[in-house]
Amino acid sequence: MPLATEPITINVGPQHPSTHGVFRMRVTFDGEEVIDVEPIFGYLHRGSEKLAESRTYTQIVTLTDRMDYVASMNSNMSYILSVEQLAGIEPSPRGVWLRMIAAELQRIASHLVATGFFLQDLGALGTPLIFTMRERELVLELFERLCGARITSSYMRPGGVFMDAPDDFWPALDRFLAEMPHRIDEYEQLISGNEIVMVRCDGVAVVDSQTLINASVTGPMLRASGVDWDLRHRQPYEYYDQIKFNRPLATASDNYARYIVRVHEMRESLSIVRQCIEQIEPGPVRPKEVPALIRPPAGDAYVGTECPKGELGFYLVSDGGVAPYRCKVRAPSLINLTLLRDMLIGYKLADLFVTFGSIDINMGEVDR
Amino acid sequence: MSSVTAFTASGQELAAEIETIAPRAVTATGDFDAWVAPDRLIDVMTGLRDAGFEMLIGVTGVDYIAYFEVVYHLLSLSQNRRAIVKVRCGEGRIDPVVPSVMEVWRGAELQEREVYDLMGIRFEGRGQMKRIFLWEGFEGHPHRKDFL
Repeated sequence: MPLATEPITINVGPQHPSTHGVFRMRVTFDGEEVIDVEPIFGYLHRGSEKLAESRTYTQIVTLTDRMDYVASMNSNMSYILSVEQLAGIEPSPRGVWLRMIAAELQRIASHLVATGFFLQDLGALGTPLIFTMRERELVLELFERLCGARITSSYMRPGGVFMDAPDDFWPALDRFLAEMPHRIDEYEQLISGNEIVMVRCDGVAVVDSQTLINASVTGPMLRASGVDWDLRHRQPYEYYDQIKFNRPLATASDNYARYIVRVHEMRESLSIVRQCIEQIEPGPVRPKEVPALIRPPAGDAYVGTECPKGELGFYLVSDGGVAPYRCKVRAPSLINLTLLRDMLIGYKLADLFVTFGSIDINMGEVDR
Repeated sequence: MSSVTAFTASGQELAAEIETIAPRAVTATGDFDAWVAPDRLIDVMTGLRDAGFEMLIGVTGVDYIAYFEVVYHLLSLSQNRRAIVKVRCGEGRIDPVVPSVMEVWRGAELQEREVYDLMGIRFEGRGQMKRIFLWEGFEGHPHRKDFL
C-alpha cells in the first residue's frame, strides 16, 4: 500500500543564492516532487520606466545599464537604437562598429555568467564558476579600457559612442580573441558531455517549440528548441547584415540544450568581433550634428534587438519634449519566466535550481 | 537609422489585413499601426495569430491623460514581419478595461499583469487581476501620469 504524503509548501528566496538575485518562488512539494510553483517578483523594482519619464534621452542610458547589469552594453544598444529610430539620427559608422564590438563582448560575458551559475546551481561548486568568472574578468577589463567602467558602462550615445577606443584597447582585444577559444575548449572539455551533467540535464525540463513561441520566449531558450530565430540574422540592425555568423541550434529543448547553445554562441560572438575589427575604419565616433539635448518629433518607436537573454526592446513615446512621454522595456528575463511553472512541475527539488539556472534571467531586468 | 521599420507592416497594410479577419474592427490607422475597437480585439488577435503572428512580443499601457492605450507588438517568425495593434480604453480615465489575450497567447500572462500593476488597466476574461511587482494593498498605479 503506497504511503500517503502531505503536500508541503516551501518558500525559496528572495535571499537564496540560487535565485540569481532576489527572486522568490512559493513551491509546493509532494515528497520531493514539485507540484506547484508560484513566482513572486518585485524585490528589485526601482521604477526605471517611470524614472525615465523625468530624464533626458541621454541620461536614460545610465538607467538601461542597471536593468540587465550583466549585459549593460546590450541594453545600451537596444535603447539607443530606439532613440535613433524615434529621432531619425544617422549614427557614425565607426560608432556603430564600436557598439557592435562592445555588444558582442558583453554577450560573451553574459553567457559566461549564465554558464557558470548554471553549473553552480547543478552542484558543481567552485571550479566552473571560477573559470567563467576568470574569463568574464578579461571582458570587464576590456570594457574598463574602452569606457572606464566595468559593469555599468553607459558607453553608447544616440549617434554612436561617447569616446573612441584608446590605442591600448586594440592589442588587449587581440590578446583576448586569441586566448578565449582555448578557454571555451576548456569549458567544453570540463562540462560538455560530462557524465553527471548529462544525467542531471539531459531530457530535464523539456518544452516544445510551439509552447515556447506562444509564451513569447526568445533568445537562446528558443534556439535550444530548434527554432532558427536570431534577430541579428533575421531582422538585422546596426551592421549585422555585413557580418557572417552561424546560429547555433539545439533540438532537445532541455537544460543541456540551453547550456550548449550558449557555449556555441560565445564562439560565434568571437567571430563577429573579429569581423568587426576587420571592417572598422577611422573616423568620428559620433556625428557632430547630434544635439546635446535631443527633442524627437512626437510619435513612437520600437526596436527589438537580440540580447543574451532574448529580444530586448524599448518602446518609446515622444510628445516632442526633451524626455520620453513613455518608456517601456520589453524585458526578455521576465517574459522567459512565463513557462517556469510548467517546466518545474513533476521534477525534483534538485532540478528546480538547475532548470531555473538554465533559463538565465537577471533580476535587474525582471523587476526593473 | 536602423532598418527595423522595413519589417513592420504599414498601418494601411495591417488595416486591410484586419478587415479580412474582422470587418469594420479598425477604427484608425497610423504609419505603422492600426487601432481596433476593444470589443473586437479577441477576434482580431485570434485572426492575426492564425495568419502567422505566432508571438506576442509586448503589451504596453500608455496614459494619454484623456484616455489610455494598450499597445500590442506582434511578431511573425514564419513570415519575418512585425505588426503593431493599439486599443483605446478608459475614456475620461474611468475604469480602463480591455479583453485579455491570454487565451490567444500564453505570453500575455505576465505582461498583462505588469500593465495592470503599473498602469491600472484591467484585462477581462483571465480571472482576478494580480499585481506583479508591487504588493497587494499598494495604492494607485505608478505609471499613470497623475501618480506623483
